[in-house]
Amino acid sequence: MAILIDETKRVMVQGITGREGMARTKLMLEFGTQVVAGCTPGKGGQEALGVPVFDTVEQAIETVGQLDISVIFVPAPLVKSAALEAMAAGVRLLVIVPDRVPLYDVLEIAQVAETTGATFVGPNTLGVLSVGRGVLGMIGGRAESARQWFKRGSTGVASRSGGMTSSTGYYLSKAGIGLSTLVHVGGDAVVGLPLPDALERFEDDPDTDSVVIFGEIGGTQEERVADLIERGRFTKPLIAYIGGKAAREGTRFSHAGAIIEGGRGTHEQKVKRLREVGATVVDSFGDLPEAVKGALS
Amino acid sequence: MARLHEYEGKRLLSGVRIAVPAGRVASSADEARSIASQIGGPVVVKIQAWTTGRANLGGIRFADTTDQAADAARQLLGMKIGSFEVDKVLVEQKLDVAEEYYAAVIIDDAARRPLLMFSLAGGSGVEERARRETVVTRHLDVTRGLPDYEARNLVRRLGFAGRKLAAVSAALVGLAKVAISNDARTAEINPLVLTRDGKVVAADCRVTVDDYAVYRHPELGIEIARELDHPPTSLERIAYKVETDDHRGTFYFAQLAEGFKQGDGYLGFHGAGGGGSMMSMDAITKAGFKIANFTDTSGNPSAAKVYREAMIILAQANLDGYFGSGSGVASQEQYHSAYGLAKAFYEMNLSIPAVIRLGGNSEDRAVQILADARRHLPAAVEGYRKDDTPAFCAERMRALVDAGARDAESQLPMTRRAYNPPDNALTFAISGGTVTIDLDKCDEATNAVLTEYGGPIFEIADGKPALRLSAEEVAGKDSELIACEVECRAKANDAVYVHLPIRGLFD
Repeated sequence: MAILIDETKRVMVQGITGREGMARTKLMLEFGTQVVAGCTPGKGGQEALGVPVFDTVEQAIETVGQLDISVIFVPAPLVKSAALEAMAAGVRLLVIVPDRVPLYDVLEIAQVAETTGATFVGPNTLGVLSVGRGVLGMIGGRAESARQWFKRGSTGVASRSGGMTSSTGYYLSKAGIGLSTLVHVGGDAVVGLPLPDALERFEDDPDTDSVVIFGEIGGTQEERVADLIERGRFTKPLIAYIGGKAAREGTRFSHAGAIIEGGRGTHEQKVKRLREVGATVVDSFGDLPEAVKGALS
Repeated sequence: MARLHEYEGKRLLSGVRIAVPAGRVASSADEARSIASQIGGPVVVKIQAWTTGRANLGGIRFADTTDQAADAARQLLGMKIGSFEVDKVLVEQKLDVAEEYYAAVIIDDAARRPLLMFSLAGGSGVEERARRETVVTRHLDVTRGLPDYEARNLVRRLGFAGRKLAAVSAALVGLAKVAISNDARTAEINPLVLTRDGKVVAADCRVTVDDYAVYRHPELGIEIARELDHPPTSLERIAYKVETDDHRGTFYFAQLAEGFKQGDGYLGFHGAGGGGSMMSMDAITKAGFKIANFTDTSGNPSAAKVYREAMIILAQANLDGYFGSGSGVASQEQYHSAYGLAKAFYEMNLSIPAVIRLGGNSEDRAVQILADARRHLPAAVEGYRKDDTPAFCAERMRALVDAGARDAESQLPMTRRAYNPPDNALTFAISGGTVTIDLDKCDEATNAVLTEYGGPIFEIADGKPALRLSAEEVAGKDSELIACEVECRAKANDAVYVHLPIRGLFD
């Protein structure tokens, strides 16, 4: 099964003809994702890497049939419109890759997603990868690397950092810990599928028996993960690393989400809450593989 | 977030008809005096600074006469708040306060909605009291804002009625409008004052704007959309320009320290990706170093962008080393970054040791590029791969710094190598710069590099390179041309030079 993406899902790419869209569509196709349509207004009728390109999402669906997922690679100012278009056409899962999407655009996407029952991953996400099954976005960069770096198994990975999603997956695989799905939930302050929501999906996935999270300072995602465990909605072993111990309050280190405001979202608080509910929290990133082995034995 | 000063926020409030005290901002005592005389009667003089608790810091003064107002301004202007110097004070009519409330819109990241909060307990120390006193909250619809009847229902629950209910609820509707229409991450009025003559007036205002939406608000005049804890330094201004000029990939530069000396243990830090950067900074801090700057180039940046960032990092005086490290398993091709770094290191004739962790796609090629670059540099440069941990790389940095790993003659501080344009050259423009190829130096080895790394850019005619692409096509080939320059230096000679000026740096 895995979560979010597998070989059965039918995927479209919005912004398929752009530089990033093209490069990542190649990765997705070569990794085995069923990319069946692309959309770039004004470029309908063309083909990109053998995938038919349409002017509108609605037209794509009329022609190729139902689409499960849309991966969005349009410039940040156009993301809202692309996302609303996909949801209006009935697409239920969006992966919003671009960085720098205005916050209120994300809030509007979230509001529409709530009423249409859609889910979105991102924005500012590297994507989702289910080992041996499919990839959405750009995890791995090249299919050949993605196959080499990530070994199949039953540990899920959810991370607030894009680069660290791959790193975590790679170091776990190297230590002999196989993976089900890797999710980069996105680096922004407000994301569509935050860590607790990703964990709920992992909880329901029979192919996942444990989860590793890479958390960060700022926001409340890790605290809400602890609440989830406390409520009994996540029962599998959870192993966590929280980055940003050395960061000063009020200074942002790149991610819009990783900022401590008004004493909320501190490193200390997150670690404490997670430990209270029985999660394993490692102090050093390099200790993750051993901690996973320990939690599983 | 981009922060607005009180007086700027109040301008936004006035725009939606929320009453603010009569007054204006002043930059001198004389100006304060004339504003006070226009207002007539008692005034309050307040520093315009990004801090909470200004009253406790002595940043708020009351004045009954124009002379007192001028004195207050004289004392407050030039005051230091953290590393910011106060250069503006707001001179306003003193309010005759009957009651103080608190109103704010913040972003609730869990609910993915703006959240309006209103409390009967305004004034300073509201954070503490908010836990005890009555607070009403309501999530906002970002497309509808706060309908006026909802605002009325909300404040009625706190016991408001009649004119007071109408005035307070109108202010809340206005505040929601200000937040949504300005892409505010926070918009706060504290206190919202009820005066003795029954008016509702915003006595203070704090607005922060979403960095990613600043482009939609040129009218706000935000110079740098960053939440720095100090006024932007000249290098930060330069770096911010680079970022706005080239959108390929993330680019972030913030100085964390200044005025340190050589031997103090400060490193120039060059990260790639927020999570990996934080982990890497934790590792070098553990190894006993301090961080001069935080820098991030990620999201598949061009070689030109990495080059410019590296030049800005190296323009900081008295660094003991240069540490580059990202997530370690990058999806992007790592040789672009390696070329950018190699070019910057050569131009600055790098005389401090550099440790660069470039794990990820094409890491072997990236490490080789740095090894080749090292041969022309006085200091050690070491490149590492995904199987080398940040802790290990930090230890290597420690070893190199302790060994004083540089030539005895190398110069500190570093200066940029001079470039003398050749007489017989092929010169053409690219976006953001110029490429010069010294035709007299173009031998077989040079031509081979240009053909291999330049892709379709060049053709060789009569033993010399010529452009095969149109001016428009070649303009975006900066990464390939930087590869040509660096590979040429490694495999042939210094025939190729890509000039990429950085506005304000080394001018």
